Amino acid sequence: MWKKIKERLRLYWELIKALQTGLLLLTGITGFITSKCPIMNYAIFISLIGSLFLSISGSTVLNMVIDRDIDTRMGRTAKRPLPAGKIKPKEAIIVGLSLSLAGILWAFSLSILYGLLIFSGLFFDVVVYSMWLKRRTPWSIVWGGIAGAMPIIAGRALGVGKVDFIGILLGLSILLWIPTHILTFSMKYYTDYAKAGIPTFPSVYGFQKTRLIIAVSSVGSVLSVGIGITALGLSWGYLRLLAVFSTGLLGLVFLSIIKPSERVNMGLFKYASLFMLSSMLILISGTLL
Amino acid sequence: MRKITLIDRIVLALLVLIASYQIVSGLNRFSGITVFYFTVAFGVLIIAGLLLILFGYEILKNQFVIVIATLIPLSLSLGLISNNYRDFHLPYLIFAFVGLILIAITRLSPSKTLATVSIVLVHGISGITIFLLPILLYIKKSTPFEILFISLGATLIGIGGILLAFLQTGRSIISGKFIFALLPWILFLTTLAFYAGLGGL
Repeated sequence: MWKKIKERLRLYWELIKALQTGLLLLTGITGFITSKCPIMNYAIFISLIGSLFLSISGSTVLNMVIDRDIDTRMGRTAKRPLPAGKIKPKEAIIVGLSLSLAGILWAFSLSILYGLLIFSGLFFDVVVYSMWLKRRTPWSIVWGGIAGAMPIIAGRALGVGKVDFIGILLGLSILLWIPTHILTFSMKYYTDYAKAGIPTFPSVYGFQKTRLIIAVSSVGSVLSVGIGITALGLSWGYLRLLAVFSTGLLGLVFLSIIKPSERVNMGLFKYASLFMLSSMLILISGTLL
Repeated sequence: MRKITLIDRIVLALLVLIASYQIVSGLNRFSGITVFYFTVAFGVLIIAGLLLILFGYEILKNQFVIVIATLIPLSLSLGLISNNYRDFHLPYLIFAFVGLILIAITRLSPSKTLATVSIVLVHGISGITIFLLPILLYIKKSTPFEILFISLGATLIGIGGILLAFLQTGRSIISGKFIFALLPWILFLTTLAFYAGLGGL
């Protein structure tokens, strides 16, 4: 019995894309901490983490259900629990909806604005991005990006009581970071996406234009975090550190344009995640210390 | 070539943390331009650490690694000079600037001799500067003892550079596997020594 439960949990852990959910959760926590709200109020802080975790993982499970036919056609994703038949779609829909609903209700119990932002993030991700646009246009990633930006905007809104300029800037940094994250990936798995019939930037606009889009969005993301740090009034040291991490990111972006290779592309993909993680840690430590 | 291990990655991550802390909190007492130089030195160590974590040791094959690596002694020596010997700052800055361009250009030229000479010249002078200057400061200016850690860091990174150079020429008496096992520790201890040394300035 225990073994069965453990196996089920392992499958759902895979289904919620734990690393991606973790990174989005961190952005929400960062948004809240930058509001300088008294985070020692454990009840609110734990509720923030709980509501974010439930709604993000719920929407990820629902996305997996929607994309299961695509996943079956791609080598990279064919072994996921749903296409591999390890979890039934009906069961995943119930779990996904339950997690999402619990997350949204918990969010509304904290604040109506926070609840609305969490709900809109989920709506953009599941309905607009996955159900409506993903199979029609490569520009769907913009809507996926807006959904990805919601946790940090919502976290900050929960702390300050409104959607302010800094919240939008921080959200913009995520929105502009997402193309770097997704497009490097869609270049690596170009044939997989083509086989599944998903329009991506590399398949519609070509690789070199995609790299230029990555460059422009990376610069935008770096600037947004930088302006955000300045607007928050963090010490110069944090801005210097961000400059160092940004140099690494922009250096790899530049290298991917002048000397493209799969190795550089995947290096950029990994570095971009590190960059986002570091930016969030810079914002957290700059606010707290 | 030896594959990067989990321990190597942890050691390199610690390097990144120490260098990050130094950039955020350890440079505020210096003047603007000195802060810039020290930020570049620690920044290159951070990026080197991150790239090694992500790409493994294969990245060391890239011909531009040596150009970037030169920035460590060059910017650190510039910081030391701009902070302690302002009269020498401008001439040394010109030397650093010209030297770096020379290294970059000769990397692209077919002549290996020119590339080696420019590296030995620029890397050598800046390396000796960060080794000797702290000793000089300690003796002449009664600077705290900690500054000697910069000389220790210079020695360590010098050893690392020599080992890698041996490896590239294929004349190493120590196995490549052993050199790569040492490399993360050398980089980590170098960063730690530079961090401790700047505390004495």
